[in-house]
Amino acid sequence: MLVLVALPMVMRNPYYLGIMVFMGIYSLITIGLSLLMGYAGQISLGHAAFFATGAYTSGILTTKAHLSPLPAFLAAIVLTACIAFLIGIPTLRLKGHYLAMATLGFGQIVYVALNASVDFTGGPSGFGEIPRIALGNLVVESQLARYCLVWALVVIVLLFSLNLIHSRVGRALRSIHSSELAANAMGVNTSKYKIQVFVLSAIYASIAGSLYAHFVTFISPGSFDLEFSILLVTMVVVGGMANVWGALLGTVLLTLLPEFLRGFKDYDILIYGSTLLLIMIFMPEGLFGLVKKLRSVRGRM
Amino acid sequence: MSKLNSKWMGLFCLSMFLLMLISGCAKEKKAYKIGALFAITGPASWLGEPEKKTVEMIVEEINAAGGINGQPLDLIIEDTVGDETRTVNAVNKLIEKDKVLAIIGPSRSGTTMAIIPIVEKAEVPLVSCAAAEAIVSPVAERHWVFKTPQKDTDAVIRIYEHMQDKGIAKIALITGTTGFGDQGRKQLKKYAEKMGITIVADETYGPGDTDMTPQLTKIRRTDAQAIVNWSIVPAQSIVPKNMRQLGMTIPLYQSHGFGNVKYAAAAGEAGEGIIFPAGRLLIADVLPEDHPQKRLLTEYKKAYEERYKEPVSTFGGHAYDALKLVIEALQKAGPDRTKIRDELENIEGFVGTGGIFNFSPEDHNGLTKEAFEMLTVREGNFTLPE
Repeated sequence: MLVLVALPMVMRNPYYLGIMVFMGIYSLITIGLSLLMGYAGQISLGHAAFFATGAYTSGILTTKAHLSPLPAFLAAIVLTACIAFLIGIPTLRLKGHYLAMATLGFGQIVYVALNASVDFTGGPSGFGEIPRIALGNLVVESQLARYCLVWALVVIVLLFSLNLIHSRVGRALRSIHSSELAANAMGVNTSKYKIQVFVLSAIYASIAGSLYAHFVTFISPGSFDLEFSILLVTMVVVGGMANVWGALLGTVLLTLLPEFLRGFKDYDILIYGSTLLLIMIFMPEGLFGLVKKLRSVRGRM
Repeated sequence: MSKLNSKWMGLFCLSMFLLMLISGCAKEKKAYKIGALFAITGPASWLGEPEKKTVEMIVEEINAAGGINGQPLDLIIEDTVGDETRTVNAVNKLIEKDKVLAIIGPSRSGTTMAIIPIVEKAEVPLVSCAAAEAIVSPVAERHWVFKTPQKDTDAVIRIYEHMQDKGIAKIALITGTTGFGDQGRKQLKKYAEKMGITIVADETYGPGDTDMTPQLTKIRRTDAQAIVNWSIVPAQSIVPKNMRQLGMTIPLYQSHGFGNVKYAAAAGEAGEGIIFPAGRLLIADVLPEDHPQKRLLTEYKKAYEERYKEPVSTFGGHAYDALKLVIEALQKAGPDRTKIRDELENIEGFVGTGGIFNFSPEDHNGLTKEAFEMLTVREGNFTLPE
């Protein structure tokens, strides 16, 4: 928390703040994904689609229907939640590879739909001039204002998620992760919990999407492709699936790394790839696994 | 514990070494800084790669010749990966951290559209290498934005004029679902009626598609006299192949996105006779001696092909024009963003690879339909039709 408040005071350059803003947007999604993957044990390769639903609903409602950003933002959440609920009912009955395939397919369908409905979404060229978020006369335009808004939301989402984990629901989710059969036998309504957490993670992604649309003010399907879904899952896995903080760590690393590597010109991909490899080989539990290990080492000393 | 330690010591040393490398890079001489954003890797690398190679070549030449007004030129090239978020971060870096005087690129229309609000607000001149017309129109809202590739509408008009000459009145469209293909489809439909052309079929394909037989079968059932295949991705070379397999012999028109000889090679024999509009770079060798672009085009082509051992493409040419235009403005204006923009807008009669540029407050592209020449493919090479 303290770091969050102190950062913009030290780091005045809008370039760095801009990276932090994207980091915040991604964090919103990965926190939700980590609930789904790490706690409930369900994989989703289609979260870019929920991110897109949020972004496009906000974008279309504010530019074409001239709604102000806040109601559009809420409409996006409701719409995304409904879609996630409907998609969740059939797909969450699947397990393992089949669930991955089904969510991947859903992501592709949304991607193709965004490309094909030219009149509605602007097709492959996308559309721009999405208004910025404004509360009365206060327009969220500077990187600092964006930074504050995004990270305030991240903190809220994080607190809510941590609360959830330590509640009855959280325990139920973890029981599903360990053994769905056993959880069922113990009287946990597994399918209900699975859908709930799936919808919740979709809502987080939708919030992130709305923010993205208002910040960048231009959206096109290219930003919501399969590659982005995979990047999100990678962030969660690299950070450490078993923990929400791990997801945050992974997001921080994978957002900063490409920017940090800009200094290396042509070698950036090489170093990026080998860093990921090293992490996966030496830290199968992700970055958070390392933190835990270090703690226990210090404890023994 | 000791095993763990040595592993982490190793990683720690590695990261310290990397950090030192970076801080080493950060110290630079005082020079004119220009930023460049190209999709060097990722799905549009066939655009960014020749662009990057071209500008690196120019910078070396300029600095070897003593720089601009005696100052060395420092071109900071960033990879956008063809992705909008990455491009936004990169443009913020160029503006806020490197404090560049002007920016050339990005390679793609989508990434350009994403950063227009940023450069307009930061008041940094941008010369884009992407095609879409929306980049420079409405010009009142694009005070700081210019672009070097020719206009889509001019390509459409040249294609339709060629059809009128050949007595073609009914055509079928097949376009790629990328920003480039989508813009082309819109312009083709917009100008068809005005120029007496009827569109009898309107099909699309994805950039990753490997077979267009279903779309072409539908087109075959219509009475189309010609097909326009408007796309910029490698998949466009599959259309002529599929047409041949289906025994379709009607003429095939392509867009200026066909301007890479590799695409003709990919189509093989089926590519023979394709007609498309393009800048004159691809036919530099057969251009008449007295053409104003002749010298520049042959020089650029020779230098590029000798250095990189690969054929030039019009995309590298767009970056060539963008950088040369910025340098021209910088020479006159000195290191001042506002003055560079004003000088860019005043450039007239500038001979580039894409045509003769005449910028004005009403036109931030500066090219006319004369910048295009209708070309055809003969024996795997681009040439003028007979």
